Amino acid sequence: MSTTNCYHCGTSCEPIITIQEKYFCCDGCKLVYQLLDQNGMCQYYDLTQMPGLTAKGSFTSEKYNYLDSPSIQDQLVQQVSNEQAVVIFYLPQIHCVSCIWLLEHLNKINPGIIHSQTQFDKKEIKVVYNPSVISLKELVQLLAFVGYEPMIHLGGNDLISRKKVNRKQLFKIGIAGFCFSNIMMLSFPEYLSVEASELGLLRPFFIYLNLFLSLPVLFYSASGFFISAYTGLRQKWLNIDAPIALAIIVTFSRSVYEIITQTGAGYLDSMSGIVFFMLIGRWFQDKSYDSFSFDRDYTSFFPLAATQLVNGKEENQPLASIQKGARLLIRSDEMIPADATLLSEGALIDYSFVTGEHAPVEIPLGQMVYAGGIQKGRAIEVEVVKPVGQSYITELWNSPALQNEKNKMHSFVHPWSQYFTMVLLLIALGSGMYWWRVDPSKILPAITSVLIVACPCSLLLTVTFTYGNVLRWLGRSKLYCKNASVVESLEEIDTIVFDKTGTLTNHQDTYIEFMGEKLTIEDQIAIKSITRESLHPLSQLIANYYTGIDQFTKVESIQNHLGNGTRAKVGGKEYLIGSIKFLALQGVQLSSEIKGSSVALSIEGKFKGVFKINHIYRDGLAKLFQDLKSKKYHLYLLSGDKSTEQMQLAQMLGEDIPMNFEQQPDDKLAFIQKLQSEGRKVMMVGDGLNDAGALKKANVGIAVTDQSHLFTPASDAIIEGAKIPQIAQFLNYAKKGKLVIILIFILSILYNIIGMYFATRAALSPMIAAILMPISSISIVSLSALFTYLFAKGHFSKN
Amino acid sequence: MSVIILLIGVSVLVAGAFLAAFLWSVKNGQMDDDYTPSIRMLFDDEVNTTKK
Repeated sequence: MSTTNCYHCGTSCEPIITIQEKYFCCDGCKLVYQLLDQNGMCQYYDLTQMPGLTAKGSFTSEKYNYLDSPSIQDQLVQQVSNEQAVVIFYLPQIHCVSCIWLLEHLNKINPGIIHSQTQFDKKEIKVVYNPSVISLKELVQLLAFVGYEPMIHLGGNDLISRKKVNRKQLFKIGIAGFCFSNIMMLSFPEYLSVEASELGLLRPFFIYLNLFLSLPVLFYSASGFFISAYTGLRQKWLNIDAPIALAIIVTFSRSVYEIITQTGAGYLDSMSGIVFFMLIGRWFQDKSYDSFSFDRDYTSFFPLAATQLVNGKEENQPLASIQKGARLLIRSDEMIPADATLLSEGALIDYSFVTGEHAPVEIPLGQMVYAGGIQKGRAIEVEVVKPVGQSYITELWNSPALQNEKNKMHSFVHPWSQYFTMVLLLIALGSGMYWWRVDPSKILPAITSVLIVACPCSLLLTVTFTYGNVLRWLGRSKLYCKNASVVESLEEIDTIVFDKTGTLTNHQDTYIEFMGEKLTIEDQIAIKSITRESLHPLSQLIANYYTGIDQFTKVESIQNHLGNGTRAKVGGKEYLIGSIKFLALQGVQLSSEIKGSSVALSIEGKFKGVFKINHIYRDGLAKLFQDLKSKKYHLYLLSGDKSTEQMQLAQMLGEDIPMNFEQQPDDKLAFIQKLQSEGRKVMMVGDGLNDAGALKKANVGIAVTDQSHLFTPASDAIIEGAKIPQIAQFLNYAKKGKLVIILIFILSILYNIIGMYFATRAALSPMIAAILMPISSISIVSLSALFTYLFAKGHFSKN
Repeated sequence: MSVIILLIGVSVLVAGAFLAAFLWSVKNGQMDDDYTPSIRMLFDDEVNTTKK
């Protein structure tokens, strides 16, 4: 039978489900198509080929019951009037033009939706709806039905505050730009040294207008520099903003002095120009990846509410109010919010959030289940043992090792800026001494000129623009850094610690192989028939292993031992499929040595072999480790798994890599801490909540994600899984950033020497200052862009 | 020459009006999203737009 692609989502499938000669992979996709078709919304399919998202069929309406509770609605919804409410959702699935089109035409499907607007970069949708026509729950259900299930989490409501900060910066830039350009224009007579007598009244008019225009620059636009310098000084720390603030103040006061004494027009144009250019530099550097979040703690992983059973009745409770002893109902695909004991059978928990290991584990009745696990089987009942905030996984965030924030203030330019300030003061002092002997009236002009012309803004501009550019180039290659200081920290790294599961291996892909005696076709059919009966993921894997077999025999009797294995009778023969322990308990003689995650098989009490489940390692790891070793990085490997794959790893990565297995989350954290106490600069590459502590503690924590919309724990940078083999290139490139800065810094020193030449002679005219300032700024910005571009071409074109 | 004072005053006012317009647009949220509007303007009820 030939295969085709689903008209909705593009999954390849057999052409079974069809309407109007359009094929669908499942009923879910068909339903979405029908809904869109009915509402005349098929343009969705015209904008992009197969734009849809596979309707996974896990859509249950009870899942969103908690959205009916008023206390939760208050947290999410902004009620404008009785007929209008606004809600903002994060929809990580948004990926193409069709998504935007569909989401912005939701009102065609349900008239209760008044208006919906997406923000593609942030993957957000803002919906204005009429709560008397469509409830919040129905709205979320509709979104989930068409494939865009909103992520609703405890810690996700900081969206509005973030926007405001951004806008304030634009205000400052706008005002500084306006004042700068007008001051420059009004300074023209000064540049052209028009005789004062020719201008008459105009000259004071121009000058005072300039002074007036410079006030908003000084008091509003530049306020950030003063605040930062002041907080730095209070902590006895001379940061880069201190000399800038000093230069701004000196320039302004000398200008005011000149204007009042009518000796000149001052340097207000240079001052506002400096502020303008530096604000642009900051803005450029601060542009971050809005659709990623780097500061997630456990609250963003957990749901908003859980279903509590009170006297047999279901009630939706916000997570915070769940007490010890509460009975919770966990439905399929719901997360366990707190450590609890299991009260019912059929628990099949996916701990991938916690451990990075994807295969769900079966938990027998009465055992503990831990917060962060996701139930994959049918609904289960649990009794809470510890409140949410005290669960094993959430405790990690309260660990004292994480309380002292890593010092992000340290910066490559800071030691330089200290020397810079020192040299600057010495030159100022020297020229002051000189003029004291020659012509005391020029002491003050000379000293202030030095401070004006040699302001470290060129140094700062170099750094902000270079790191901003490096950040962008890394982002283009799918390594998303939180901010520019991460790029700086990347340069200093000398030790790299890798997590195994999910980092070196690929999450989704496992492959299975049978090791042992060759099985007859008859046995293979029997095994496939048995294993497809069970929903256990390992069982499913085995069933899928025999792809060539398409006939089944009758299973005469089947007996499932939960969490252990299956005993079944087919064609009079007894088959045991299960864990090694299970087979041993049933009295099977196990012959060969068995390692790794595996499922053993015996027929008629005779051991036949094992199904070995292997993780697939990413391509190019061997080369990555070789590259990193040749660059003299210290490499370590940490894994939560058992040491079964050690040999294979050593073979692939090299014998000399220290590997630690069976590491608990706090072991990983302690390991990083130990390396750091030896003075190492550690980079941690990991995924999952089990690495969260280590990622946070490391000098640079890089979280790995295979789908950009999956949640990643708090980290400094996020990398796409497929790009892990390129880490060596990324580190190399980050190092080049430093080289660019040094190159451009030499250039800016040249500018400074020219400026100094005039300044120490007390001959700095506003004209020279006005020419030097923009030339140096613009050449620095363009050279930084050029160099980072050239280096990026050199590094990333190979791929 | 005194007409220049008037003209400068007018020019600063005009520039100030543009500044005000910019500040208003930022405050209004027009600068919050610099990507989606470029796609949205191409949507049409009948005509198919090219795919991205």
